[in-house]
Amino acid sequence: MSVKTETMYLNMGPQHPSTHGVLRIGLEIDGEVVIKGTPDIGYLHRGMEKIAESSTYIKYVVMLDRTDYPCALTNEMAYILPVEKLLGCEVPARAQFIRTITMELNRIASHLLFFGTFGVDMGAITPINYAFRERELILDLLDDLSGQRLLYHYFRIGGVYRDLPQGWTERAMKFVKWMRDRLVEYDRLLSTNAIFIDRLRGVGIVSREDALAWGFTGPNMRASGVKFDLRKDEPYCAYQGLDFEVPTGKHGDCLDRYTMRMEEMYESTRIIEQAIAKLPEGEIRTKVPMRVKLPKGEWYGRVAGARGEHGCYIVSDGGASPYRLKIRAPSFSNLQILEKMLVGCKIADVVAIIGSVDISLGDVDR
Amino acid sequence: MIEQLKTFITGELGIAIGIGLLKSLIVVVGALLLVAYATLAERKIWSWFQSRIGPNRVGPWGLLQPIADGIKFLMKEDIIPRNADKPLYILAPFLAMLPALLIFAVIPFGELRLGGYVLDLQIVEVNIGVLYIFALSSLGVYGIVLGGWASNNKYSLLGGLRAASQMISYELVLGLSIIGVVMTTGTLSLRGIVDWQQQRYILLLPQFLGFVCFLIAMVAELNRGPFDLPEAETELTGGYHTEYSSMKFAMFFMGEYAAMIGGSAIISCLFLGGGKAPFGWQLSFVPGPAWLFLKMMAFIFFFMWIKATFPRVRYDQLMSFGWKFLLPLALFNVLLTGVLISAGVL
Repeated sequence: MSVKTETMYLNMGPQHPSTHGVLRIGLEIDGEVVIKGTPDIGYLHRGMEKIAESSTYIKYVVMLDRTDYPCALTNEMAYILPVEKLLGCEVPARAQFIRTITMELNRIASHLLFFGTFGVDMGAITPINYAFRERELILDLLDDLSGQRLLYHYFRIGGVYRDLPQGWTERAMKFVKWMRDRLVEYDRLLSTNAIFIDRLRGVGIVSREDALAWGFTGPNMRASGVKFDLRKDEPYCAYQGLDFEVPTGKHGDCLDRYTMRMEEMYESTRIIEQAIAKLPEGEIRTKVPMRVKLPKGEWYGRVAGARGEHGCYIVSDGGASPYRLKIRAPSFSNLQILEKMLVGCKIADVVAIIGSVDISLGDVDR
Repeated sequence: MIEQLKTFITGELGIAIGIGLLKSLIVVVGALLLVAYATLAERKIWSWFQSRIGPNRVGPWGLLQPIADGIKFLMKEDIIPRNADKPLYILAPFLAMLPALLIFAVIPFGELRLGGYVLDLQIVEVNIGVLYIFALSSLGVYGIVLGGWASNNKYSLLGGLRAASQMISYELVLGLSIIGVVMTTGTLSLRGIVDWQQQRYILLLPQFLGFVCFLIAMVAELNRGPFDLPEAETELTGGYHTEYSSMKFAMFFMGEYAAMIGGSAIISCLFLGGGKAPFGWQLSFVPGPAWLFLKMMAFIFFFMWIKATFPRVRYDQLMSFGWKFLLPLALFNVLLTGVLISAGVL
């Protein structure tokens, strides 16, 4: 005897606590098992690329913050890098080091946000409070530099906005020390929890081939076993000469993606420590013409953001504003494989998978 | 007519009814007060775990917060979804809360001595008290399932389904894990079990397996801690009570907390000797109800602690844990107790 069953269409999002913003997923479910999941994006589209065409090169930096807002500084860097290269700016070494330090701080802040929200996704309500306590310290540090807590607009073409205030490096070092102890605490609280590991191991597996084929970047790609980091393999700013590891995973499941970020936080603290020790004296900005004009042509610049490869593709017709600007958003590319990952998992796994890929909807929709 | 009423009130039956009403009043008001302050306690305790301050605006140390919450719930607009099954939708919160409160009727809280007068705080002594409790706690699931179904919301439906399967599976473990206690004490009356432990020893260590099974199954039965799948905010956006608002939502909430407090009382009575003072006679100057209260608080703290620490388990993991691990363990405990009893150890 067989019972006639029907699948159910469950509309997850755009208003849902676990989609981290306004992602909508149409889930076709059979009981608790997902048969098909279709992500639907575009709820946060602000037309950033189009705005660039009517802006100037200098003015547009401020818009970049608003794409991947939890990790704003690397967005700025991805845009400033090709512009500086084309202008032929000699960026002072001190500015390069300050950029490195602040970007790593920002990366830790972004990964802390991931750690907290991922814990909540998994039903652990405590980690987010610890994560935000530490993140607050970073926001304070960056606030003292730029006057902003989230959208810094700290990098300028040719350098940075302002020099480090007095005592800032000591505070940053104190934070690094504090943060390392906290990382041990996080591992004791969440990373080694049996329920947590059981929920994540073997869930949402992305093979090495898939990771490369679908354009996974950043910690997600490294979790699948691809050892590639732009900071190491295509060094920019002051990363060359700094000693740090590139953690890679084996299985490409949710647990690996989580572990990557926890280890990256530790590596970031190492980078900050070394960069502060090596921080040279000197200028923080070179002179840049008031009206920046890029020569005719097409250029691409990329940096390693917290979520993956932040890229900026600039097409110039020789004028004062880009003819066309394309932002390569890591979250957007990382989201593409979602439809494949969701097949056959449980409803609770959907939350784990979206959380572990760590998307930022500002980045996806731009 | 007035004369008749007078003789009735002063008569034996009248006094019995009067005392019964008084006791019910004390216990129900006490239980509801505990429920109200358990919410405050939870928020405070979580805030300590999470390096926060917790509620401290209403009254000193936030002590009037539950009252403010209650008023807020009463004043909120009560929304009934257009396509909801109206009678069931309204009935469900009552069904969720009533059984939880009715459990308090058979719990032997101990005696309250006022001068020379002794007031037994147990409302009724039922010789099958344990069965009564299980009957009522099985009824508790109807409120959640009906609430999930009647809301006409897919998330609620999933929550209700999860609740049904979870509670039915763990009810078995719950029932099996206390068979050891019943076998040892030879009675189904809660009062009898407590008295047995008062006279001999508490059953925590002799029935340790049963205690562990009972505690875990109870967390699942209460939909709390790592087993709060029926509401699972981050997956089902609230589960069975997604569509509920105002006092109806508060009643689900109160039902959950009342069940938690009742459950702590039951587990204290079954395994920790109820109002028995620990460490023998030295501490017995503290009255029994106070000891029971302390033991209950310890369990309530435990329930809040694990919720603050553990992530949520997944549905299939919950099921396999219940059926493949906890149930055999509880069965083994029955066997073990039987062997020990026939060997004359217990």
